[in-house]
Amino acid sequence: MTRKQRRITLIGVSLGVLAVAVGLVLSALKDSIVFFNSPTDVLEKHVAAGTRIRLGGLVSPGSLERNDNMQVRFQVTDGNHAVTVAYQGLLPDLFREGQGVVTEGALDPAGVFRADTVLAKHDENYMPKEVADSLKKQGHWKDDYDKKGGTAGKATP
Amino acid sequence: MIPELGHYALVLAFALSLIQATVPIYGARSNDAALMSVAAPTALAQFVFVALSFIALIACYVTSDFSVATTFENSHSAMPLVYKITSAWGNHEGSMLLWVLILAAFGALVALFGNNLPPTLKANVLGVQSWIAAAFFLFILLTSNPFARLADAPLEGRDLNPLLQDLGLAIHPPLLYLGYVGFSISFSFAIAALIEGRIDAAWARWVRPWTLLAWMFLTIGIAMGSYWAYYELGWGGWWFWDPVENASFMPWLAGTALLHSALVMEKRNALKVWTLLLAILAFSLSLLGTFLVRSGVLTSVHTFASDPLRGVFILAILVVFIGGAFSLFAWRAPLLKQGGLFAPVSREGALVLNNLFLTTCCATVFVGTLYPLALEALTGEKISVGAPFFNATFWPLFVPLLIAMPFGPLMAWKRGDVLGVTQRLFGAFALALVGIAATYAVTTGGPVLAPFAIGLAIFVVGGAFVDLIERTGLGKLPLPVTLKRAAGLPRSAWGGAIAHLGIGITVFGIVCETNWASERIAAVKPQETISLRGYDLTFEGLTQRRGPNYTEQLGTFVVRSGGVEIGTLQPSKRSFASRGSATSEAALLTRGVSQLYISLGDPGAGGSVTVRLYHKPLVLLIWLGAVVMFLGGGLSLSDRRLRVGAPKPAKIKPSLQPAE
Repeated sequence: MTRKQRRITLIGVSLGVLAVAVGLVLSALKDSIVFFNSPTDVLEKHVAAGTRIRLGGLVSPGSLERNDNMQVRFQVTDGNHAVTVAYQGLLPDLFREGQGVVTEGALDPAGVFRADTVLAKHDENYMPKEVADSLKKQGHWKDDYDKKGGTAGKATP
Repeated sequence: MIPELGHYALVLAFALSLIQATVPIYGARSNDAALMSVAAPTALAQFVFVALSFIALIACYVTSDFSVATTFENSHSAMPLVYKITSAWGNHEGSMLLWVLILAAFGALVALFGNNLPPTLKANVLGVQSWIAAAFFLFILLTSNPFARLADAPLEGRDLNPLLQDLGLAIHPPLLYLGYVGFSISFSFAIAALIEGRIDAAWARWVRPWTLLAWMFLTIGIAMGSYWAYYELGWGGWWFWDPVENASFMPWLAGTALLHSALVMEKRNALKVWTLLLAILAFSLSLLGTFLVRSGVLTSVHTFASDPLRGVFILAILVVFIGGAFSLFAWRAPLLKQGGLFAPVSREGALVLNNLFLTTCCATVFVGTLYPLALEALTGEKISVGAPFFNATFWPLFVPLLIAMPFGPLMAWKRGDVLGVTQRLFGAFALALVGIAATYAVTTGGPVLAPFAIGLAIFVVGGAFVDLIERTGLGKLPLPVTLKRAAGLPRSAWGGAIAHLGIGITVFGIVCETNWASERIAAVKPQETISLRGYDLTFEGLTQRRGPNYTEQLGTFVVRSGGVEIGTLQPSKRSFASRGSATSEAALLTRGVSQLYISLGDPGAGGSVTVRLYHKPLVLLIWLGAVVMFLGGGLSLSDRRLRVGAPKPAKIKPSLQPAE
């Protein structure tokens, strides 16, 4: 093989792998990303039942119901609207009424949000960023959240 | 007094870094030996002063000096001593100080052991290393002073985040930083080569040990972080494709590629410009990781109280260094001479393929990590890109790499023979097929592809053994000859094969855990028994216990297998009064390399409690594989050939002793 042929082989293989990678990334971006919504978004945008989304807001005080089989129901609110969330399983350690939460799942035809993941925060002072932003948008942000920083986050490392 | 001394030592280190960043480089340009020789002692002195500053910070934590703001925020007088020490870097300010400490330590190592480097290269490398150091000293001094005092010293601290009150904080961050920051040396070498406009095989020989060292620590650091997350978060997951994890995984992928391309450059004097680019890329990704984790753009347990100024500052460092490095590269790289030729099918060709796949994998992780940030900045739309994205993009690119992995080391340099190599890999193929058949026969259900994944892992492990068997001639030659050959084999050959073995072991563990883990969530009353995978757990009840700075509810479960008692599991839920927060401590029972995992949920009516129970088959292999990779790297690092021409480093005392 000449130097030129070798170079063309190399470039051809590289472009092939890159093309495959770009294809994979584009198709995955179409199918597997999840949008974040506040309860107001859910109602205004008419999110279709069965579409996987993240729903975030505050857990309405007094809305938490537990029954057998570890079924829980609670309401997530952004101050203007509330969505009922149903979840089966253990709630995170720092799940509290009146505090921030992010849940992932889909709406059922009755308008109840069936969550399969509930993320609370790592720290008592922290408000998930997405929730904080959506509360600000709805005009229900309390300034004292801002002053307290703190270690933070979803239930991931 | 101690905090002020620590602060002052840090200022002195900054001043020294400015000298080191300018004088030796000017010396190298004007060929002035005296100016160039300034580099080594300043690098050592810089390290000594950062170390003093770090010791001062630890002293503040150990003595619970709550007049220091970070100590007040992150410590508590009742914490055990080990957590008092580790909480020094369990916050933004302290962790940045640890970052520069390690940066300075690497600079000092080059100063100590770089005696065989050409003087101009050494001066330039230490100079560039010091640019990075100066930028981060400035960052700490201006935005994140760990020694800032409070006007009124409180009596008690606010305690460390409970999740961080674990031995993992003593292990994971220092190891990870050794890896992250270690790539700064490869970066400095690359920039120094561009400044000099000269690069050769000897350069690759000098860079490779440093890259290897950084890679080893990054590997083990990521693995320890993963194990920590696994047992601490109570979800039983060991990798979440969380942006923070990706931030450490991207430099690992680029660093692994660099390790392999430096091999081609060292042996065959080819791929020079590419190797240089990877060296810049690996550290750029480390800087990007530091930005993602420390600036507060992402939310995770690694994000501490965020201050917008810090994010902007790190972003500026990022832009200057990455932008500067790539501009320099674009300007100077065309001047570098092209290297040797090789056929597409050859060892070099295989290593190019390895690089191609590793960098493409790295690119997909990069897109998945930064796309949500870019989209939010541009459109305000909030999305999350999680495991489904990475499973759909990363694995299809990583699997071909795994398939190709056993072929690479068996290929000849310059011109290889795929058919011959395939024949020699016959044993590994056969083992993989047996593995697939056995998995298919033994398991029921599970994904269709799972047996093939097991086969792939066995193939990779088998390939590592075939490599060693071929090199030693085991089975073909008489045993004494084989042993002699094995002893004569370069340690880097052993190291490479063992590191590949480690990858195979990790993949085996990942496949088993992903496909055959079982989970059960149940509410149990005292004396009730729950079963999972042949294990029966009897709940003995909840008890209260007091720890040094927390109270905990302890559940006791007696584990029986086939009626025989094999152990007791005591998961707990701790509440920390000083922070008003709680954590679950999972309990683990190790059986061979499999684990039984239980974590406690909320107590219900009648003394019952909800629990989350997992059986994780062969899960420990995931991290043991990383340990094997680490050991392989260490063996390779001890290879005599990497130090050929190096005079035995004399025992030099640091020219400056810590001033007390």
